[in-house]
Amino acid sequence: MREVAVVGIGLTEFGEKWDTSFRNLFVEAGANALEDAGMSGDQIDEIFVGNMSGGRFVLQEHIGALIADFAGLTKNHIPSTRVEAACASGGLAFRQAYTTVASGIQDIVIAGGVEKMTDVGGSETTDALAGAADREWEGLVGATFPGLYAMIATDYMNRYGLTREQLAMVAVKNHYNGARNPMAQYRKEITVEDVLRSTLVADPLRLLDCSPVTDGAAAVILCPLEMAREFTDTPIKVLASSQASDTIALHDRRDFSTLDATVAAGRRAFKQASLTPKDIGMVEVHDCFTIVELCAIEDLGFCAKGQAGKLTEDGQTALGGSIPVNTSGGLKSCGHPVGATGIKQVCEIVEQLRGEAVGRQVDAEIGMTHNVGGTGATVVCNILGV
Amino acid sequence: MSVPRYWRKQLNRYNLKGSKCETCGRHFFPPRGLCPECRRDGKIVDCEFSGNGTVRTFSIIRTASSDYDIQTPYPLAIIELDEGTCMTAQVICEPEEIHIGMKVKRVFRRIIAEGNGGVIVYGTKFVPA
Repeated sequence: MREVAVVGIGLTEFGEKWDTSFRNLFVEAGANALEDAGMSGDQIDEIFVGNMSGGRFVLQEHIGALIADFAGLTKNHIPSTRVEAACASGGLAFRQAYTTVASGIQDIVIAGGVEKMTDVGGSETTDALAGAADREWEGLVGATFPGLYAMIATDYMNRYGLTREQLAMVAVKNHYNGARNPMAQYRKEITVEDVLRSTLVADPLRLLDCSPVTDGAAAVILCPLEMAREFTDTPIKVLASSQASDTIALHDRRDFSTLDATVAAGRRAFKQASLTPKDIGMVEVHDCFTIVELCAIEDLGFCAKGQAGKLTEDGQTALGGSIPVNTSGGLKSCGHPVGATGIKQVCEIVEQLRGEAVGRQVDAEIGMTHNVGGTGATVVCNILGV
Repeated sequence: MSVPRYWRKQLNRYNLKGSKCETCGRHFFPPRGLCPECRRDGKIVDCEFSGNGTVRTFSIIRTASSDYDIQTPYPLAIIELDEGTCMTAQVICEPEEIHIGMKVKRVFRRIIAEGNGGVIVYGTKFVPA
């Protein structure tokens, strides 16, 4: 296995992008990544695109070819593959690109993610996202995606005494960070009262506990570490990339409040990098709903089970805390174009490790990402370092 | 969802029929053709559940896709059946009535109608026992 580095990152601004198309979103992010690496498209050997549901959101399948075509990369006929694991599709694309480079099969690989979610109405979006869980035995009986995570929250609050206010503090903290991220969908701070006054979506979760519907794309360029200095003075090493699976349905889990796939992916990543949670300077976790951030902090080993609410209340997960969480604003404030999220998380860690995260900079040498598909049926973790 | 798919699932939707592994004794709903513990060593047979269970966790769904508009808000729960497996289903009761540990029993109910002229889907819901 070869050591692998990230040498270029590119994002689109996240938000409701009425004036741009699915394909153009990806092309913009990809072009930004190539520009960042000072690289020509002709140097790219392979593409992996994370996309959850082009088929439902824009009625387009065969995403790999579409992206290669409009990125102007069909001239050399390089392989281009769409990968899917619901909201972890981006994370999966990164891991595919990583293993492709680490194994020596290819040298320079783009891992991207894209989702265009606002071309359909809210009801259709809800229905498409429900496909990330068990369609027949959760979705069809009336389980919405927020509803499934709400059932995790009910179980968690009942067992660990988490308060409604502590849950709200996750959203407040992530909006504070997002307000300092120029690419974020919601660059606006909110208060605990705002969260508690927002509409109930699925008890106990309110609108401001939920990540929004977002259009956006992200891309990163990977190459062998030994080649990285040809493209950048600040290569960021991929210290680990791991993936884990669990039951598709929440009701089949061993413990509703612990995402066992997070535990497994986290342990594998720490083992691969020969690190422990104490070595991590910041982490981008999958806060599609506020409760998930708390579960992730615990399941990755940053604190004991049941303690993440207190950790958040004490400011330890904020900028300047002992383990800053979601400096990008997370899915909550930065936005959640589902296929792009896993790549955006990597972009944020790279920006932080390069010291380019103006206004939200953390002093750290190692960062981690955590990307969840469904209610925890797929989890991808990555550890990056200078 | 297509009519053939409904037909295929009717036995399980209408009757709460699942499967169990005679080798390790685990019950499955929806039915599994392969025991995740015993895998190919497991002997899978059909089984019918008593329909009695306990609410393990729940939510009140207030925003759903349009097929469910007429029902919102509705309580949704993960119910542990007495045989030891869990399933997700609606509980027919007032939102403030549902709680963890609540004893429930299954009933046969309409789940959704697909638009004005579409398929009517029936299945399992629960009521307080």
